[in-house]
Amino acid sequence: MRRSFLLTAVCLLGITSSYAQTDSLMDMLDKTAPLSKKETVSATFKATRIINGSSVENLGAGVLDFRISHRFGQLNQGSQNFFGLDDATTRLGLDYGITKWLMVGIGHNTLNKEDDGFVKLKLLTQRKQGMPVSVSYFGNISIQTTPAPTLPAGDTWEYSNRLFFTNQVLVARKFNDWLSLQLMPTIVHYNLVDSTNSDNNTFAIGVGGRIKVSRRIAITGEYYYRLNNTDMLYNGSKTYNYASIGIDIETGGHVFQLMLTNAPGMTERTFIGQTTDSWSKGDIHFGFNISRVFTVVKPKEFRQ
Amino acid sequence: MKKLILIALCALAFTGSLFAQTYMTRTGKISFSATAAHSPEKIEGINNEVASIVDGKTGNIVFQVPVKSFKFERELMQEHFNENYMESDKYPKSEFKGAISNSGSVNFTKDGTYNVSVAGKLTMHGVTNEVNVPGTIIVKGNKLLLKAKFSARLQDYKIAVPSVVADKIGKEAIISLESDLTQK
Repeated sequence: MRRSFLLTAVCLLGITSSYAQTDSLMDMLDKTAPLSKKETVSATFKATRIINGSSVENLGAGVLDFRISHRFGQLNQGSQNFFGLDDATTRLGLDYGITKWLMVGIGHNTLNKEDDGFVKLKLLTQRKQGMPVSVSYFGNISIQTTPAPTLPAGDTWEYSNRLFFTNQVLVARKFNDWLSLQLMPTIVHYNLVDSTNSDNNTFAIGVGGRIKVSRRIAITGEYYYRLNNTDMLYNGSKTYNYASIGIDIETGGHVFQLMLTNAPGMTERTFIGQTTDSWSKGDIHFGFNISRVFTVVKPKEFRQ
Repeated sequence: MKKLILIALCALAFTGSLFAQTYMTRTGKISFSATAAHSPEKIEGINNEVASIVDGKTGNIVFQVPVKSFKFERELMQEHFNENYMESDKYPKSEFKGAISNSGSVNFTKDGTYNVSVAGKLTMHGVTNEVNVPGTIIVKGNKLLLKAKFSARLQDYKIAVPSVVADKIGKEAIISLESDLTQK
């Protein structure tokens, strides 16, 4: 009697074990899953620029980004100039993602009639486990196309005088849902500087970050500290370190970036080394970036 | 005699789990459309990294969907899907745990097309709901092809759609599933 009771119990065990199986099937999937370790951290920043400078974000492969950037005049120009809104410098730019790790872009700036072109390479991507940071390389060339100055007879204005080069390493970490920080060691090479007292290379270290305040709004900040050339003059004026604070607002297909900044220029060579306006004097510019993306090459899943 | 029957039953119960016919895949496909009626653009995603196991003996079915693996026609849409709607950093996987309600009508050893009804728990965006999904199972040798189509109300999974994009994103997502499983 007792034995048959035992047998029934064992028998029942055998049957019940087959009911609670969905969990064990799920475990089976979990155990053989290759994904958890590989999982990368995404959306460290909302846009490919923190404010003026680049972030570690790249455009996806086959995505074209049309960017309109505007910096108004200084707020302290007063009501005469409608607090700076009467003046503006503009950059029109086109960026394109060739692959998910390589992006290029060109732009034209009204300030100095400057044309610029850049490449951004994603070198490392932050992962949930393992790699703690994302690292990218950014390099650009810009060409000032304003007419050559009038020189004494016999002197020629070399074309190379118009060229500027920037090399940057971008190191970023998304600490959590709302906080991302980025460090940007930078070298800007000026083929021509105001005086022989200045080095042609300006070394700077940039710090940028964003604090997400809601799903669609983030507060951003950016600052470049120059390690040398802090007394470099630009067109005879004293230069200051560049700093900006901004806000990112995302609406469907656009990201609006609004900012307050002391730099009217939007190329690295102007805002890092040739910012002649100072926050402490109230030479603050209001500005915005608008970005509109277009998918040029569809992902393979959506090709006919 | 009674004992013998018990032993036989017992043996049957255990052999059931010993010789389980399990079918598995890691490359199943799920696509969805959450396009509103008059939307100018299609809100569609495709995921080719769906993992799934079907236990032929018990009729149990599980699915695991890595949310970040959904691909969209526009990259920005993919970013918004992960960041604003699915919050895939917080909820990286969607899951389904269930069983074929009429598993008796499916003969896993015989080639053919079987209509089934699958009931279970679907977890998306951290919210679990009971669902009942009609589908078909096609048995071909040691392979199973699962097909199903059903809809899920975004509200039921606490996926909020702001009014600005309400003309583009519908209230429901139509989810289509197609998975090729191989016997293990």
